[in-house]
Amino acid sequence: MKKSLEIRWHGRGGQGAKTAALLLADVAFKTGAYVQGFPEYGPERMGAPITAYNRISRNEIRVHSNIYTPDLVIVVDETLLHSVDVTAGLKEDGAVIVNTAQSAEEVRLLLHGYKGAVYTVDARQISTEALGKNFPNSPMLAAAVAVSGVMTREIFMKEMRASYSHKFAKKPEVIEGNMKALEMTFDALQDALEEVVVKIA
Amino acid sequence: MPKKDRMSGNEAVAYAIKQINPDVMPAFPITPSTEIPQMVSNYIANGEVDTEFIPVESEHSSMSAAIGAEAAGARTLTATSSAGLALMWEELLLAASNRMPLALALVNRTLSGPININCDHTDSMGARDTGWIQIYAENNQEVYDNFIQAYPIAEHKDVHLPIMICQDGFITSHAVENIELMDDDVVKNFVGEYEPEEFLLNPGKPMSVGPYAISAYAMEARKNQEIALENAADVIINVGKKYEKISGRKYGFFEEYRTKDADYIMLIMGSAAGTAKQAVDELREQGKKVGVLKLRVFRPFPAKEIAAALSRCKAVAIMDRCESYNGNGGPLGSEVTAALYRNKVMIDAVNYIYGLAGRDFTVENVFDIFAELDDAVTSGVQVEQYQYIGLRK
Repeated sequence: MKKSLEIRWHGRGGQGAKTAALLLADVAFKTGAYVQGFPEYGPERMGAPITAYNRISRNEIRVHSNIYTPDLVIVVDETLLHSVDVTAGLKEDGAVIVNTAQSAEEVRLLLHGYKGAVYTVDARQISTEALGKNFPNSPMLAAAVAVSGVMTREIFMKEMRASYSHKFAKKPEVIEGNMKALEMTFDALQDALEEVVVKIA
Repeated sequence: MPKKDRMSGNEAVAYAIKQINPDVMPAFPITPSTEIPQMVSNYIANGEVDTEFIPVESEHSSMSAAIGAEAAGARTLTATSSAGLALMWEELLLAASNRMPLALALVNRTLSGPININCDHTDSMGARDTGWIQIYAENNQEVYDNFIQAYPIAEHKDVHLPIMICQDGFITSHAVENIELMDDDVVKNFVGEYEPEEFLLNPGKPMSVGPYAISAYAMEARKNQEIALENAADVIINVGKKYEKISGRKYGFFEEYRTKDADYIMLIMGSAAGTAKQAVDELREQGKKVGVLKLRVFRPFPAKEIAAALSRCKAVAIMDRCESYNGNGGPLGSEVTAALYRNKVMIDAVNYIYGLAGRDFTVENVFDIFAELDDAVTSGVQVEQYQYIGLRK
């Protein structure tokens, strides 16, 4: 197991990429890790590309710069693939996860020759089925945990229930839908992960 | 028992405020400090504190209301950033000259233009000569710890000056990181109750605040204010020692990281100090003798102590997250070189401007700077004494 894991999130303002990064920091903290979760803002407006980052480590984290050579990249909005070089600096033994209905082989064509592992998750479909709405960040968060192996599925699900109960204290009706979206994402990735198990942390 | 937790820098300040439970908070929102009054408002709404929140129409008014509340005898604070601090300009001087020990949670952000919401130290550096104490933080833990120490420093009878507790906008204010929080009663006991000797709402002892002073007396008032700022130095050290006893964490004017035998030292403030420490560890593994002097207290400016700390090294990189537009260097560059000269420490000193308007400052930038210092000292390479790092070429 590597000592630290660096993750870069690509999304658009309003999609919850920053929230997902903060939630990941939250659950990783509960496993006893040192964590960082932070956003990088461009122009503050809905729909503009935004980046968010996670560092998760067994050692104290002191660096306060952005992440340029991540272990894992998560693309919450596939339209970004046409305008942002999402795999820039991504380690070849790392992985990229894209929210799309397409296959990993189809997406790879848009990744500027990236040679590492590529996973796809249809977060829109999962979210719509589980929640009745398109909130892609919960499925993408589950995918980040599944692919990175930063914690077990069981611990993750337990901690996420606690986090959602806190976060959605005023609208508890959305908790079960979000939990279902997480479970569905783990299930959807199971086959792919069994073929290409590159656990990062 | 201290509690291990994770939160952003803004949450950490709001949490410290909750534990202190000050009397009055006038505030006006501005990115990236808005969350602080927002969270305090939540604490008030939930009945967790009984702080009086005053919504105002501008930062000019928030600082005016803060001065009024403090003059009345209430422990007071506000929070702001960037243009908000700039709009308080006149009142910053009034707060200090009227000797109001109020606290300001400053979340550092650049000033226009071009308009930008990200971090640099332009706002607080613009206010460096307003008579406020200024303390900077590397991370959420430090800004929490600094805020708890704010009132014991500011309200000390030898000081009685306002205090600005600074942290880097977004880089720490919006970053969730690990933190250790102290128990409420430990914090309350440490900060204590505010019992001013003189205040407006004291019918037994009338006083006036902010009267006109003729030239025959005004200069003495200024000198007294200057003495108070000098007095703050000892108080900051003593409060830091007491704080170490309850927290286990050391706080002084600055932190010396691997500087004892260092040939080259980077002098830096705020969140970038952590990045510099990481780089230093990596360079030390290659046998390079480098270190970091992380300045915590900028006002009062610990000139003698800085000069002494740098006296054994061959060269220092003085890092400014602010441009002074004087053609000669940034604020830290000017003050540190003056301190070196006055104390006859004749080492090479290169002033770098970095991280303006949120430009990222990386471990690689630190490598480049130490390599340049080494070139200057060992190969006699002429190095620009005042230059930018991380600029697009």
